[in-house]
Amino acid sequence: MSWDFNYFMELFLAGLTRGSIYALIALGYTMVYGIIELINFAHGEIYMIGAFTALIVTGVLTLMGWNSVAILFIAAVVAVVYSSAYGYTVEKIAYKPLRNAPRLSALISAIGMSLFLQNYVLLAQTSDFLPFPALIPEFKWLQPWEHIVRSSQIVIYVTTAIVMILLTFMIKFTRIGKAMRAVSQDKAMAMLVGVDVNRVISVTFIVGSATAAIGGVLIASHIGQINFYIGFIAGIKAFVAAVMGGIGSIPGAVLGSLVLGWTESFFTGYISSDYEDVFAFLFLVFILIFRPSGILGRTESEKV
Amino acid sequence: MDMRKTFTVAIVGLFLVLSLVGIGTAADTIKLGVAGPHSGDLASYGIPTVRAAEIIVKKVNAKGGVMGKQVELLVEDDVCKPEIATNTATKLASEGADVVLGHICSGATKAALGIYKGANKIAMSPSATNPALTQSGDYPNFYRTIASDDAQAQLEVDFALNNLKAKKIAVLHDKGDYGKGLAEFAKSFLEKDPRAEVVLFEGVTPGAMDYSAVVQKIKQSGADAVIFGGYHPEASKIVSQMRKKKMKTAFVSDDGVKDDTFIKVAGQYAEGVYATGPKDLSSNAMYNEAVEEHRKAYGEDPGAFYPQAYAATLALLNAIEKAGSTDYDALRKALQTNDVDTPLGKIRFDAKGDATGVGFSVYQVKNGKYVEVK
Repeated sequence: MSWDFNYFMELFLAGLTRGSIYALIALGYTMVYGIIELINFAHGEIYMIGAFTALIVTGVLTLMGWNSVAILFIAAVVAVVYSSAYGYTVEKIAYKPLRNAPRLSALISAIGMSLFLQNYVLLAQTSDFLPFPALIPEFKWLQPWEHIVRSSQIVIYVTTAIVMILLTFMIKFTRIGKAMRAVSQDKAMAMLVGVDVNRVISVTFIVGSATAAIGGVLIASHIGQINFYIGFIAGIKAFVAAVMGGIGSIPGAVLGSLVLGWTESFFTGYISSDYEDVFAFLFLVFILIFRPSGILGRTESEKV
Repeated sequence: MDMRKTFTVAIVGLFLVLSLVGIGTAADTIKLGVAGPHSGDLASYGIPTVRAAEIIVKKVNAKGGVMGKQVELLVEDDVCKPEIATNTATKLASEGADVVLGHICSGATKAALGIYKGANKIAMSPSATNPALTQSGDYPNFYRTIASDDAQAQLEVDFALNNLKAKKIAVLHDKGDYGKGLAEFAKSFLEKDPRAEVVLFEGVTPGAMDYSAVVQKIKQSGADAVIFGGYHPEASKIVSQMRKKKMKTAFVSDDGVKDDTFIKVAGQYAEGVYATGPKDLSSNAMYNEAVEEHRKAYGEDPGAFYPQAYAATLALLNAIEKAGSTDYDALRKALQTNDVDTPLGKIRFDAKGDATGVGFSVYQVKNGKYVEVK
């Protein structure tokens, strides 16, 4: 196959789309891990619940005859609120009582929560695939490049970038951000100097769930279908991305997600999609062999 | 000791004589063997066939039978196991079955066919779909009233080549048994045909978040048509992404996609998609009548392979009537030269033993509905 720049760009942008969505989910994993060292397996389900909430809101508002940009905005806001509420509640019910228990107990509790939420949506909603309307409008100015990149992809890139910038800003410059950093460094010490640790953990879950919900709304609108199971695979992939980038590190989660998205996309495009997952995970193993704590992960120094 | 041995020999001898007598008197009836699983966990596949045979034989006998003789059923259980099927076949052959309706499972059918072949008996299965049973040419005594596993792939390939005039075809699958098997058949048929080339053969990961990279690859390959083996969730994602990219590539798929959920989920993007699916029998008067007879006789709706078994029984009895004997060669000729009306439509058999005109049709999505392509 001769070198084809257009084809390369298309694969690059397809990988960027996937990577951006992984990043929105991976942020939640990595923030929670950074603060309480818990792998929140229920996080993928929060993403799925965000997509379902948006679908329900969209259905109602479409009946009322609103235009699609307004619907997208309101659906996203409601999804963010709902998912955040779920994230907050899950933490209070399933993780807080286990905070001083062995880490394995909290992990099992997280897996249990994931299965519970999946089955809850399966029973309360449906096991079928549901069509999700394309809410993101087609931009007129994009038409000349439409064969390469679609407007929904542009919206995904821009939203992901904005979310990331806001998040970095929040952690670097706000009081709650400072408190988060303090808790992640030393929980006991933070408590001693007057940081409300419970509140910080709750905020972390709320913020992580909100970004996952945004990812859910965007990808559902881009792909056009959802079911109760979408959170599982997306969650696993995002988790892998977070580990690849260095779990606990926010830039790491984003970088890991993009690397994973591009790996999958280029491998599919230039070699074969049959072994897409095999290759993605092989790549993970390689990265972890050479950088055991991920691309941007902190190497734990021995405390003397 | 000697006394006892002599006694045993005498008993065996007596049985042999009696069984010879049995065969002697049997010449007055036509014996239709029915073999399949009638007990065990796969019984639900075999029992509808027995019932179809019972219903037809009762009707035929009431009208004076075949060639003036009454038809007698010899029902034998093979529990779908190849090692038991050989015993079942031996028993049916030695009991003097003229023709056999069965077996049901492909593995058991294959094991039994060698024995029927040695005994010059015709066997007709309503359900064994393994392609090799007819295509290998090993069993000229075998016929079936169900389409083989590769029939859908054959139909998709024929449709893409003859109706769509595709020159470059991308074959995709979902890596599952069903989808990949179908895609591999389609690929092998395409490779034998000089009119088109396979420009892409790929498996996609089921449940993946999006397929834009694969869709780019289809576009890059320059395919005029995609043949997809798999189910509707992946198909609807791939089709939607293709259409959103303004690709007009034809999309041909299978029974797993010929599902209303596909249309519901893919919405406007489903329009124009082709999918093969079982022929719609509900407009066939004979089919409706056969179902009604079953309801009347057994008080419930018929189970798996009932229409195929009904058709096979009719075809076998019709062949005996037309041939005027139960001679092997005469029966083969009769099966291949006579059309017979069945609940599956008008069928006859090709030289390999497959029924023509059974199985699948091509459907296309038009205005949100699957419509048969004539």
